[in-house]
Amino acid sequence: MKQVVVLSGKGGTGKTSLTASLAYLAGDEAVVVDADVDAPNLELLAERKPLFEEPLFWGRSAVIDYERCVHCLLCVSYCRFSALHVKEGLPKVDPIGCEGCGVCQRVCNFSAIEMREKLTGRFFISKTRWNNFLFHARLAPSGENSGKLVTYLRRKAEEKARAEKKYLLIDGSPGIGCPVISSLVGVDLAILVTEPTLSDQHDLERIVALARHFGVPHFVVVNKADLSLKNRNRIREFCSLQGIELMAEIPFDQQVLDALMVGIPVIEYDPQSPFSQGARAIWQKAQDFLKAQERS
Amino acid sequence: MVIACASGKGGTGKTLLAVSLALACSASEQIVFVDADVEAPNAHIFLKPDIEEERVVEAFSPQIDEGKCDGCGECADFCYFSALTLVKGKVLFFPELCHSCGGCELVCPRGAIKEGAVEKGRTRKGVAREGIVFWEGRLKVGEPRAPAVITELKKAVKKEFPDTLTIVDCPPGASCALVEAVRDADFCILVTEPTPFGLSDLKAAFQAIQELGIPCGVVINKAGIGGGGILGFCEEKGIPILGEIPYRRSIAEKYARGLTLVDGEDNLKREVLAIYQALRRVTLKGAGS
Repeated sequence: MKQVVVLSGKGGTGKTSLTASLAYLAGDEAVVVDADVDAPNLELLAERKPLFEEPLFWGRSAVIDYERCVHCLLCVSYCRFSALHVKEGLPKVDPIGCEGCGVCQRVCNFSAIEMREKLTGRFFISKTRWNNFLFHARLAPSGENSGKLVTYLRRKAEEKARAEKKYLLIDGSPGIGCPVISSLVGVDLAILVTEPTLSDQHDLERIVALARHFGVPHFVVVNKADLSLKNRNRIREFCSLQGIELMAEIPFDQQVLDALMVGIPVIEYDPQSPFSQGARAIWQKAQDFLKAQERS
Repeated sequence: MVIACASGKGGTGKTLLAVSLALACSASEQIVFVDADVEAPNAHIFLKPDIEEERVVEAFSPQIDEGKCDGCGECADFCYFSALTLVKGKVLFFPELCHSCGGCELVCPRGAIKEGAVEKGRTRKGVAREGIVFWEGRLKVGEPRAPAVITELKKAVKKEFPDTLTIVDCPPGASCALVEAVRDADFCILVTEPTPFGLSDLKAAFQAIQELGIPCGVVINKAGIGGGGILGFCEEKGIPILGEIPYRRSIAEKYARGLTLVDGEDNLKREVLAIYQALRRVTLKGAGS
């Protein structure tokens, strides 16, 4: 079983549209993971049938018992997350800022602080309209542990994929922080989607550095490539200097938005559109790369 | 006044609106701009600051004195994040799991753990176009914990510019990094696009902002591509719509070249100022959060 992640550094580059098209092409050979637990959108294109749902309580938060609290404020001085502050002489917990480390509970000499569990998010397994299993989750509002949640999703999906499938396809989240790292580590191929804008170029450099840091083979895809030819040329130059293969250049394609509005992947909406052709070429190259990797 | 610019989803035009707003307002007011999207800081591309100062953001990292450690395992028992583990009487440290709470140092009965520091990222300060005071944070590549950098960034800004009109460009999403960026803001602009993705992410971001009790309003970017149910959602929740930015390929091309809404042909400065005026009206009335 081979694992492929689609990442972008920046949001809005067409990551989810591409992953949905790849999931459509892979069909029942793939298990799909939506690792953007913060803003999971893949399900909106997949018309999912829910099979399983589970609430996850991983986080915890400090709760103060004011019957016991003597207002010494020792807890406030020890909290490194500024999650405890003083209001009218009393220590108050900001449950959103609290990371659940338990330092305040430990330093309290009056046993006035208790750690209580809080909802991290919900975990789902669904079947998509393309016959693949979709492992996805939704982080509780203002939730944390997003990296851990991604790791959990991946582990569950890997069990399923290892037993009976060829591919594990992961739709990553934007950025380079903890959920991205969790979705990148240990995969066989990372497809990095970018746009020919100055800001995307900057983010591409950071995500390439990250992929390299974790030793993950990576290719680049330029979406909306004709938006600026000058910037597109710069990406070409960057890739060739860095020795990164440019998998595809897809022109600005109105069909991507039109397909999104009706809630299906572009490849189903218009199989001949530029984006769909790009997706097919990308999937072919990814498969070839993974096969070659297996042989070597 | 601190105005946060958030979006739920990436790529909705949050940075574009934030920098345009800063530029449009800079004619009449001193502006501080804070790029808190430390995982993908991009505002510098549009505001072109001259960076004058850079500070390293460090966080607690335990240093274990093996001479003193007797392998009692108290630190590993305490560590809620499993960053410390006892293996064959020896303590192993996994830095990527550490939240820098300092608990291990506190509980070690032998005093074998000392405060060390690890670089999480950097904050940078400078002067940008139109005299805008510019701050940004950059997460170190390979470091997972963005909020640590955001916290330091905000602390530095608040100390130096407590009363200046401040615009904060937030990270996408609705989780801990966003929360850290918008916390203490006086108002939050939620930038969205009229697509099913936009609506889904707007709902999550709104819920997070509401939990924090921060008043907010919506700006619809790429207006005209469809309905997406944004208007219905805003009406149902009583969220004011501050304005919209039309969907045009020319805007995307401008953005690609590092230009803002107030630059070049297709100048939308009036629309941007109208958004700011709508925001002022809403905050004066005391918008519901």
